[in-house]
Amino acid sequence: MTAPQQQVQVTVNSVSYERVIDPRTTLVDFLRHELGLTGTHVGCEHGVCGACTILKDGQAVRSCLMLAAQADGANLQTVESLRNVETGELHPIQQAFIDEHGLQCGFCTPGFLMSTLDLLAENPDPSDEQIKDALDGNLCRCTGYQSIIRSVRLAAARVRGGKVAGAHGSA
Amino acid sequence: MKPAPFDYYAPETLEDAVALLEKLEDDDVEAKILAGGQSLMPMLSLRMARPEALVDLGKIKSLDYIREEGGNISIGAMTSKRAVEDSALIREKQPLLHAATLHIGHRQIRNQGTVGGSFAHADPAAEYGAIAQALGMEMVVVGPDGERVVVADDFYISFLTADIDSTEVLTEVRAPVMAAGTGWAFQEICRRQGDLAIAGTAVTLRLENGNCTDVVIAVFGVNAIAARLGDAEQLLNGKAPSEALFREAGRVASAELDEPISDVHASGEYRRDLVATLVRRCLLEAVERVG
Repeated sequence: MTAPQQQVQVTVNSVSYERVIDPRTTLVDFLRHELGLTGTHVGCEHGVCGACTILKDGQAVRSCLMLAAQADGANLQTVESLRNVETGELHPIQQAFIDEHGLQCGFCTPGFLMSTLDLLAENPDPSDEQIKDALDGNLCRCTGYQSIIRSVRLAAARVRGGKVAGAHGSA
Repeated sequence: MKPAPFDYYAPETLEDAVALLEKLEDDDVEAKILAGGQSLMPMLSLRMARPEALVDLGKIKSLDYIREEGGNISIGAMTSKRAVEDSALIREKQPLLHAATLHIGHRQIRNQGTVGGSFAHADPAAEYGAIAQALGMEMVVVGPDGERVVVADDFYISFLTADIDSTEVLTEVRAPVMAAGTGWAFQEICRRQGDLAIAGTAVTLRLENGNCTDVVIAVFGVNAIAARLGDAEQLLNGKAPSEALFREAGRVASAELDEPISDVHASGEYRRDLVATLVRRCLLEAVERVG
């Protein structure tokens, strides 16, 4: 079979990219291998763990459960977009995960951060139930989740307090 | 690169998609339709599916809609489950379909997964199978010879098999607007939130002079396809709701099941027990809702 090469154009963290790829390239492999954006992690590669969560047109999706070709024309946001490049300041969600020990090994963290970003953009004051609901697609083997829920609670309070620009700032 | 190689096509209109499917069929190419990919992508990555060609419907924007027409809620096949979740129209007019949607996967899955993809994939543990049976939903399928409308009972054929020919595309699903005064409930049991269900049930009913009427009970996750449980429905019609009656209905529902699936998730016997419990709980909840 002659797999035709596939042209893909995406905007990632406000930068437009165009590449010609093998059509079977998953979106997460595209981000990591083609664009060198290795902040997005690959865990299970079949949609169970949530480590590869990114935002597509503002909504959290699993980038291992999509072909890069399916994202043609889409606006993507990855974990690399969170830190303020000019000031070096971390996003309040990232800072809250540090302050509340929302990570240990950190492998799952990019996915948790992006799921949290999606949640807080829609609901700046989530209940614990709503936090659990929004994060139920992300697995963490270190923390036992309690500190992650506290991190999200703290992040929400800080974003609401208007200390820093809210989620989706650069989308 | 996890999936095996395939040719990739992304037609921009339904007509182009059907013409392409026809051509691939003529050329003897094994093609698979890619809707949202939330079930197909894992199958490709695990190489459980190795189609020679993928036809991605993602660029066909005309299949993304939710509207009310002629007493039905019509949903385009490429509408995301998140859109159903966020739809005030569906929450108000077809709350059972809405409630079931919240049980599908996780938010990330519902954002990318499509309504049509779920119906067409026909997973026995998928929530929409039971909703289709409970509501008597209709599926619109378009192929080279035009459009045909299939009722839920005919649409689901077997395990992962729906009545869609290799040159056809599921374009729309239709659910009737829920009649005023209808009580409804949806419950499922899974190991972790967001997993496919081990077993689940959907119920609708009405009350007439204090007695149950028009009782509908659908079960999923238990056999190859979701099904109505006619014996339990019949037992309930015309009787006054009570905890004891609902317990008996659960027992009857459990007894009338075809031999339930036994797999790594649960034994058939356990699934039978779950159905008895879920039917009872759903009935209690549904009667509450008649209000």
